[in-house]
Amino acid sequence: MKRIRTQLLPEVYLTCLPAAKFKTDFLSAQFVTPLRLETAGLGALLPAVLERGTRRYPDMQQLTAAEDLLYGANISHSVRKRGESQLWGFVATAIDDAYTPGGERLLEPLTELVGELLCDPCVENGLLRRDYTVSEKTNLIDLIRSTVNDKRTFAGKRLLEEMCRGEAYGVSHLGEEEAVGAITPSILTTYYRRQLAAGRLELYYCGKAEPARVEDAFRQAFEGLRREEVAPISPVPHHRGPSEVRVVQERMDVSQGKLCLGYSVDSVDKDAVLVMDMLFGGTSNSKLFLNVREKLSLCYYASSAYHRSKNFITVSSGIESQNYQKALDEIAHQLNAIQRGEWEDWEFSAAMSSLKNAYKAIFDSASQLEDFYMGQIASGQDREPEEMLRDILTVTPERVVEAAKTVRLDTVYFLTGKEERDNG
Amino acid sequence: MVERNYPRIGERVFEETLPNGLRLRVIEKPHHAKSCAFFVTRYGGMDLRFQLNGQWRDTPAGIAHYLEHKMFDTEDGNALQELAQNGAEPNAFTSNDITAYYFYSTEHFYENLKILLEFVSVPYFTKESVEKEQGIIAQEIRMVEDTPDWQSYTRLMGCLYERSPARVSVAGTVESIREITAETLYDCHRAFYHPGNMVLCVVGNVDAEQVAAIAQEVLPDQCGEPIPRDYGEGEALCPLKKEVRQEMEVSMPQFLAGYKCEPPQSGREHLRLSILGDMVCDILFGDSSPLYSRLYEEGLINNSFGGNFDILPGAAYLYVGGDTNEPKKVHEAVTAEAKRLAEEGIDEDFYQRIRRACYGQMIRGLNSFESIAVSAAEGVFFDYNYYDFPEVFETITKADVEDFLRRNVTEERSAISLIYPKDFA
Repeated sequence: MKRIRTQLLPEVYLTCLPAAKFKTDFLSAQFVTPLRLETAGLGALLPAVLERGTRRYPDMQQLTAAEDLLYGANISHSVRKRGESQLWGFVATAIDDAYTPGGERLLEPLTELVGELLCDPCVENGLLRRDYTVSEKTNLIDLIRSTVNDKRTFAGKRLLEEMCRGEAYGVSHLGEEEAVGAITPSILTTYYRRQLAAGRLELYYCGKAEPARVEDAFRQAFEGLRREEVAPISPVPHHRGPSEVRVVQERMDVSQGKLCLGYSVDSVDKDAVLVMDMLFGGTSNSKLFLNVREKLSLCYYASSAYHRSKNFITVSSGIESQNYQKALDEIAHQLNAIQRGEWEDWEFSAAMSSLKNAYKAIFDSASQLEDFYMGQIASGQDREPEEMLRDILTVTPERVVEAAKTVRLDTVYFLTGKEERDNG
Repeated sequence: MVERNYPRIGERVFEETLPNGLRLRVIEKPHHAKSCAFFVTRYGGMDLRFQLNGQWRDTPAGIAHYLEHKMFDTEDGNALQELAQNGAEPNAFTSNDITAYYFYSTEHFYENLKILLEFVSVPYFTKESVEKEQGIIAQEIRMVEDTPDWQSYTRLMGCLYERSPARVSVAGTVESIREITAETLYDCHRAFYHPGNMVLCVVGNVDAEQVAAIAQEVLPDQCGEPIPRDYGEGEALCPLKKEVRQEMEVSMPQFLAGYKCEPPQSGREHLRLSILGDMVCDILFGDSSPLYSRLYEEGLINNSFGGNFDILPGAAYLYVGGDTNEPKKVHEAVTAEAKRLAEEGIDEDFYQRIRRACYGQMIRGLNSFESIAVSAAEGVFFDYNYYDFPEVFETITKADVEDFLRRNVTEERSAISLIYPKDFA
């Protein structure tokens, strides 16, 4: 699969991945903007408002009818955090022309529709519509509040907020309730115009179509854009740990406690840290899974994740609240074991082969590929999965130990029940 | 080995039934880096009461799921680790009617397949290892108990069904799993994990003959007996209870409403009903339905609103739900819209549009290995060929959809499960 990257307009790039193996075309158009507390709510709200209607299809029903006619093409707005950027825009899929019963071509109309959603919204008096803005504000606020419904995600989010205080990475990609509440159609429209003119825009296609055809379709769909000077994406600064471990405990009426830990990392041998994270809690053969879960039966899940762009590790587990100290001790114990190089050969090879699978399998999913490249762009990188894998496979046990020695507990977040439950 | 080609959807499938009764499906994906194997038994959370050696047996809720956890233990250690060392990503799940063990790998596929077939067909538990698992599964149950979606689903099933084991949670309860012993697990394995009750689905760049040869070599020669099961069939189509409500740590009220439907016959009728049910959902409350637009524009629903149609052994139901400040109002609106569509008929243009969209959705589903493998396995168990869906789809008419709505999506058939925030006014 050969990636073709073309600049269509100033700081508007098209990444095209020709792939015959999928049954669908996958398209994406994302603005990549700095993630800031002041603007996150605007970036999250904007695509939701745009999705309410375009000039040609001014309401939901007409818009969804247009999608139905493209054999149930799916276009939806997306907002995510990658590195310290907020990515907002649309992703779209439709079946490949080969499978349309009448041989209809779907790529062109689908790209056109995505272009319209981003560049040609339904407006009144030159502003984004008030009713759409008001109703999507309510929906976004409900969505922000609903983070609490999934306790595992909620605890993970709270950990990042506590650990990355003062850093852009601690800001939620959805923004904050209060800031969203203050948005007016005029503020939103100003932000929108600014993004159209001077936001970095990344376009993406993966599917069977010829790259020239794809480029034509995108050029046409975005020909109306008027671009000005665009600020480059700033590099992502690494997280710096505090001098003392910070412990935060919160209570809620839950039957299971959620323990989340953050670790700062000093080593900049990121490939070694990645392998270390896999050994520690990255798979169902990792030390956390085999010991915290399998040996001590303390939990159903205990896993770790490496936040590569920020260079830190987080751990997440669900436990009986009374086992807090036990779990904390065991997790620390497992980290120490890695720092001393205590693992069996198979653990190391399993960690490596799991990474190998993960990087190779990216090519089997158009959406994973999109997320991979968008992540690269947001963190100022431009590497291929194969290149990254090649480097990862050179990591030695010695490098892992060296990297692990620089891993230090930074923040502990514990969400626990209102009172000790009776486990009779 | 039978080779079937499906040019309309660009698929090729190899099929075989081995002498030991195992049904094998190999779906070719020559250009993908990964391959996967799903080894599936027709045994799930609902198979609590069954006949073994002429005797009816009642087993504790959650046993199929418990067995799934314990199958990874082998005499030499743990199959998860063995597969991981060999470069595979293994996992398993238990649903209402099946248990599936699977792995993905980008290398050493055949060796991994051997490990998969071996560990699933040879049980190895001890009293200690079974007891040890209780802590882990208890935490899994605690985790889902804090999940509002799980709560509303489980409570809805408890409202809809009186005798059907669909009302019992797949994982059981912290209490019910305490009754599970090594001996019962061995019995259940003997009953349900023989080749005749299982399907092997492989998706990827693999050689079907070689897959068949490995299965033949590794699995037992004998096909076990068919096991009669009791799904509490024949209960009334009216729900046991109309409404249930609970308070939880959630940000706004949410609901899940269900409509009890007539279960299908097996064979093609099963596939047809499942496609028809999906279409009914799209027409009634899908993203492009008039009802969705209206409720969304009135601020009564948001993106979380949606639902589906589900078929279980001896049972079928349609469900819809989401976050809303007016759960009952939304539920009533869905029921009223079904009545209107059934009485006035569905707009022809709208119907044709949804038909197109449904077809596209089914094609899109073919990108997911998991969805392909599970659909193919269910097809085998319920006696239809999943890849016949384009032809079956064509037999569905607007009148079928209207008739389905008229008969099933009514006030009498429905129940609602509500979740409110603590101290909701």
